[in-house]
Amino acid sequence: MGTGSDRKIRVLVAKPGLDGHDRGAKVVAQALKEAGMEVIYTGLHQTIDQIIQTALQEGVDVIGLSILSGAHLPICEELIKKMKEKGMDDVKVAVGGVIPNRDVEKLKALGVDAVFPGGTPFDMIVEGIREIAEKR
Amino acid sequence: MGVAYYTKDEKDRVLEVTYQSGLKVKPVYGPEDLKEIGFDYEKDLGDPGQYPYTRGIHPQGYRTRAWTTRQYTGFGTPAETNERFKLMIAHGQTGLNVAFDLPTQMGYDSDNPRVAGEVGRVGMAVDTLRDFEIAFKDIPLDKIGVGLTINAVASIMLAMFQAVAEKYGYKKEQISATPQNDILKEIIGRGMWIFPVRPSIRLIGDTIEYSMNELPRCNPVSICGYHIRESGATPAQEIGFAIQIANAYIDNVLERGYHIDDFVRRFSFNFNVFGNLWEQVAKFRAGRKLWAKNVKEKYGAENPKSMFLRGLFGGGGYGLTKKEPENNIVRGAFYALAAALSGAQTIALCSYDEAYTIPTPHSALLSLRTLQIVMEEVGLRDTVDPLAGSYFIETLTKQMEEKIVEEMERIEKMGGMAEAVEQGFVQKLVAQQAYQFEKDLQTGKLKKVGVNLYADESKKEEDVELHEYDPSVIDQQIERLKEVKRERNDKDVSNALKDLKKAAEEGKNVMPYLVTAVKAYATVQEMTDVFREVFGEFNEPRII
Repeated sequence: MGTGSDRKIRVLVAKPGLDGHDRGAKVVAQALKEAGMEVIYTGLHQTIDQIIQTALQEGVDVIGLSILSGAHLPICEELIKKMKEKGMDDVKVAVGGVIPNRDVEKLKALGVDAVFPGGTPFDMIVEGIREIAEKR
Repeated sequence: MGVAYYTKDEKDRVLEVTYQSGLKVKPVYGPEDLKEIGFDYEKDLGDPGQYPYTRGIHPQGYRTRAWTTRQYTGFGTPAETNERFKLMIAHGQTGLNVAFDLPTQMGYDSDNPRVAGEVGRVGMAVDTLRDFEIAFKDIPLDKIGVGLTINAVASIMLAMFQAVAEKYGYKKEQISATPQNDILKEIIGRGMWIFPVRPSIRLIGDTIEYSMNELPRCNPVSICGYHIRESGATPAQEIGFAIQIANAYIDNVLERGYHIDDFVRRFSFNFNVFGNLWEQVAKFRAGRKLWAKNVKEKYGAENPKSMFLRGLFGGGGYGLTKKEPENNIVRGAFYALAAALSGAQTIALCSYDEAYTIPTPHSALLSLRTLQIVMEEVGLRDTVDPLAGSYFIETLTKQMEEKIVEEMERIEKMGGMAEAVEQGFVQKLVAQQAYQFEKDLQTGKLKKVGVNLYADESKKEEDVELHEYDPSVIDQQIERLKEVKRERNDKDVSNALKDLKKAAEEGKNVMPYLVTAVKAYATVQEMTDVFREVFGEFNEPRII
């Protein structure tokens, strides 16, 4: 491992909007922790502004959103717009939850770096997060 | 997924079976097993309809009355939801179960900038009584029971339901609503909480007290082991924690000077059905017995009806898979079987496509048809508690009972469920278990057909018809809200809200004040904001 990999990847697992289903968020947070990452979990009912503020405060490499309500497109659009306004170009965005296949490309077009629809195995999520974090 | 763990040898012979609740199953059961557990028919079972109700709460089970079919329904505008209600009723559904959108569940109006994108998405949008007038138009509210799947603001929705029924000429004594109204399980597993634990419990106490005096056919609370199980609890925890949640609500009402027999017979429950069939059956039989014992021995109930565990058993969401979604139709049939063998009063199923979308008319009807086929074509109404007396089932029921009692004691030691939830104990426990189940599924320790067994790797895209979300719902909803605000008498609204605030502050029962405010067309958010101001908001304990 090079010197650049010594620092642990820092991930903010966030539940944006009103959706209260957090089993997935908590399970993935535990998986990322076990894979050696630093994980901060926001808890429920976060506004986009709150998520951005926490991400800046905690100096995270990746923001991982968990969305099960179907509102992933408008939520991601708002997040990415506000991240650009704040100049957070070096922070990557991953999204998981109830995401139909047809929306994966739409999310990527919005600027989402990785999408993990429900049922994605942990090792693929861990690998995917590492990959986007290393692209920074 | 939480099914059983199997150890096999190289010839595929099953060596060891362990259920999710931790019980081990033997290859053969016989009379000696019943002897070993000290099986006593009168004490352990009793006849159906007899204490401790292990065999069911009615002497003749489904012969007297088939289970109610009640699919979870609601999306978009109240008009669209009304149309879907009528479709389901026209196809023989016997109850309604209303899904509300997230802004309504969280007490925000459709025009709040915070909720953009969520209006009408996962359920029906409700801002004022006007929306209920549209949603329940031409629904016979004296005949059809209505579940209101809402919790933090259940008191407001119950008031609104009374108001709409009265508006359409029914008497409040005729209507049967079942608001879900279980905030403790929201905090553990569904996330739709607003206020701190104690004032939330008080609001539930208010609805129970009000219903006992004013809405005699309503079931003011539906305690949900269901979502706790979805969040990672074992079947034994599902029942044990639900009973402890119910006790937290009971204690609140008893503090007001009532007797247990005044109100507890209107409690209902909502439990999950995925997983091992035998474990589910044993769970329900043991659960019925323990609830009866709890109400009788701990609280001194004398009326047998107080001791009935009445419930919606169904759903099964976590047992369903995203991969090969049609397989979920088959799973649903087995879940309905588990519920029927367990003596459910009401059954509903998750639709097969819920990992993709909210149900389309097609998938919702498939679920209803599944319930009807199980009821009409395979003999489940023939005789009550058909598995009783089986060496295996009776042994397992007794063992489940012991497991559930252990789980109840864990909570009792912490000072009750309100305390356990405030500290994040239950949330942490189920989150850790959920992670373990998920790992076991991914490593193949738990088997799931089409996922980690016989999986078809060539299949990438699933062809599932998606319910199309119509963003014009937001504009329609906001337009109607504006119209209502223009037409209503603002003075009446502000007076009603002032009175509501005073009642909330002084610890009076808020329900009559909510009914007045609703009838003046106060909005859901206006009423919720009063509570936010008086009660504050819940701070989630950090568990990860």
